Amino acid sequence: MIPELGHFALILALLTAATQSLIPLFGGLKRTANVSAAAVPAARAQFVFCLLAFACLTAAFVLQDFSVTYVATNSNSALPLHYRVSAVWGAHEGSLLLWALILSGWTVAVTFFSRNLPDVFRVRVIAVMGAISVGFYLFMLLTSNPFSRLLPSAVEGNDLNPLLQDFGLILHPPMLYMGYVGLVVPFSFAVAALIGGRLDPAWTRWTRPWTVVAWVFLTLGITLGSWWAYYELGWGGWWFWDPVENASFMPWLMATALIHSLAVSEQRGAFKAWTVLLAIFAFSLSLLGTFLVRSGVLVSVHAFATDPARGLFILMFLALVVGSALVLFALRAQAVSGGGRFDLFSRETLLLINNVLLVVAAASVLLGTLYPLILDAMGLGKISVGPPYFNSVFVPLVLVLLAVLGIGPLTRWKKDRSRRLATLLRWPLIASIVAGVVLTVASDAEGLAAVLAGLVFAAWVAATTALALVERVKLRTSPLAGLLRLPRGFTGMTVAHLGAAVMVVGITLTTALSTEKDLRLSPGDTYAIAGYEFRFSGVRQSPGPNYRAQRGHIEVTRSGKTIAQLFPEKRLYLNSSSPMTEAAIDPGFTRDLYAALGDELGDGAWAVRIYHKPFVRWIWLGGLLMALGGILAVTDRRYRIMVRNERGRSDRALASGAFAEG
Amino acid sequence: MIFVGVIVTGVALAATLAFIAIGENMLYFFSPTQVKNGEAPRERTLRVGGLVVPGSVAREQGSLTVQFDLSDNRESLTVKYTGILPDLFREGQGIVATGALEPGGTFVAEEVLAKHDEKYMPPEVAEALELAEQGGRMSNPQE
Repeated sequence: MIPELGHFALILALLTAATQSLIPLFGGLKRTANVSAAAVPAARAQFVFCLLAFACLTAAFVLQDFSVTYVATNSNSALPLHYRVSAVWGAHEGSLLLWALILSGWTVAVTFFSRNLPDVFRVRVIAVMGAISVGFYLFMLLTSNPFSRLLPSAVEGNDLNPLLQDFGLILHPPMLYMGYVGLVVPFSFAVAALIGGRLDPAWTRWTRPWTVVAWVFLTLGITLGSWWAYYELGWGGWWFWDPVENASFMPWLMATALIHSLAVSEQRGAFKAWTVLLAIFAFSLSLLGTFLVRSGVLVSVHAFATDPARGLFILMFLALVVGSALVLFALRAQAVSGGGRFDLFSRETLLLINNVLLVVAAASVLLGTLYPLILDAMGLGKISVGPPYFNSVFVPLVLVLLAVLGIGPLTRWKKDRSRRLATLLRWPLIASIVAGVVLTVASDAEGLAAVLAGLVFAAWVAATTALALVERVKLRTSPLAGLLRLPRGFTGMTVAHLGAAVMVVGITLTTALSTEKDLRLSPGDTYAIAGYEFRFSGVRQSPGPNYRAQRGHIEVTRSGKTIAQLFPEKRLYLNSSSPMTEAAIDPGFTRDLYAALGDELGDGAWAVRIYHKPFVRWIWLGGLLMALGGILAVTDRRYRIMVRNERGRSDRALASGAFAEG
Repeated sequence: MIFVGVIVTGVALAATLAFIAIGENMLYFFSPTQVKNGEAPRERTLRVGGLVVPGSVAREQGSLTVQFDLSDNRESLTVKYTGILPDLFREGQGIVATGALEPGGTFVAEEVLAKHDEKYMPPEVAEALELAEQGGRMSNPQE
């Protein structure tokens, strides 16, 4: 009964989404605003139905209804409750439902926070979002219904993929999807503006906070994913240039470019057409990511579901959405372009360079991800493009980006003098080179050039960001008052840029200084790396709720003092009889100690993996700082004022005047 | 105008570099049959894939070196690897290995990948098996 209710709710959600996207079209033709206004309640009803469907699927998991195919495939009576809930989005069908739910959630958020927008524009945005929703509901109902029944019903479920039975996987997909799907908001704003043929400063002011919120979620999702891969996949890597990671990274690069170009559009009115194009690209890459992950075309650890019909559907949907958006752009770009002029030497130019670099970086990731697929499709052989490609293209781009990042915030809008900047930047340049050299020598690493480059550029970003802060605070009478009065937008930028520096330090030092050893250890054996002595005292049996574990014990000491007790496990999940390595990690601010069990080698000896990974936490710390920067930026006073006005609806007439139809 | 020129040149340069980098870092995939036929280059990094031949997995005493045979049901190839094998490595399982061919014809792997799903076959391996089966029929019509 519950699954049927869910299925029914899903169909109703499809119908309301169709209403939501079609009614404004009808209303637009008849020029009757009150008909169009029906899109708003339709959007809210759609959310309610989708939420109901999601609740039904969750109930099926919690109540262990193994007569539902999706539940029987991805759950098991021995599965703990919290994993039964997260199993809802553990595989293809459920993750799509989560996608659709998040999409309708964003739509509802837009209906609540956009009362202040002119009705015509607001309704168009909601209609575009409705059209995307229709695509996803159709996809689910036609190719991947999470509620389809299994007849006869299974007595016992198949179990959730053991890799996904983990805390990180409870959080990672919802976060990532919030970001992925969130990019639909700037996309819909862009498409709505193109339809209307008008784009004014109010447009950017509205789009910017939404983009930043989506970007924050995307940043958190990717950071969580990297952290999860590090501790769960059992070999301590934090980024693999795996196609699925790339699928989330490309929209992130685009969204980062979009945030910066929105800054120019908002402050100076320039780059408007470019900003619209970026908004289209960012969401297109989100859809492409879904296609890559969900169609199974990729050779990837993530390709759980492989079904060509699904792939074809998403590909057609992708072509339709991206194609029509781009055609619309081609027709209307002229109408939305133009804006503030600027000098060659200005902050606009530097932000333009930032944009070009980020887009080129995203394009190079796209090339490396799609190239093997294209060659394969044309029958030119099976190839794979590994991390060396991505590293050799990406690292130089990032270094240039970091150099520009340092200069940008110190440069003036519109026109600046190179001499002023040269004087200003002298000290950060000297300081970062000195700091880089001193830290490199102190780190005593191999691969000197890479470490030097990484540290100098990180120091450069930190020094110039600090300088920009000082310059800003200097405008006030006292430094303290200056600090307290800083606009949140500026603080956010500072924090996010420092996050980039922290991440670069983490990546550089982890890559250069890590010690990774695969060893054969018998009980009582010791092995020393980086001054830490690892003593292996054997492996014992240890039962778990739905698995059997062999639990190793390793004591780590440093100069005779015990630092950590590590208990790496080798688990055998009973229902799927799949083995899993559960690494043991002693985390630290400046280093992680990492141990994982390999195979049993006989006579009590085991293959054991022991790592010393300096500064690896800084990578995720950097990601968190970037996200924090984003959060600070959206809580800036000017956006809070916007929300307050929303409640008062005081400047509604003003805004609608600005948005008058073209 | 100068500025646009600089950007266009920069992007063109980046694209050229990207294509060069992709050409240098492309890893071709070969099946055991292709390796036996001498289609695979020696001493260059490449990828091979196939099924781990049951009973062929042998460990060297006192070290982490493992040797096993990889087969596409037609030809087989000896692979040597030092280190910890992935969780799902087992006999009969389809795997993909990255490494280089030694002059003697043994494949020395730097990395061994087994997919994280026991039902799932790496697509390259599935295709290699299929090709080997067809090729086997064509070249040995008496079977």
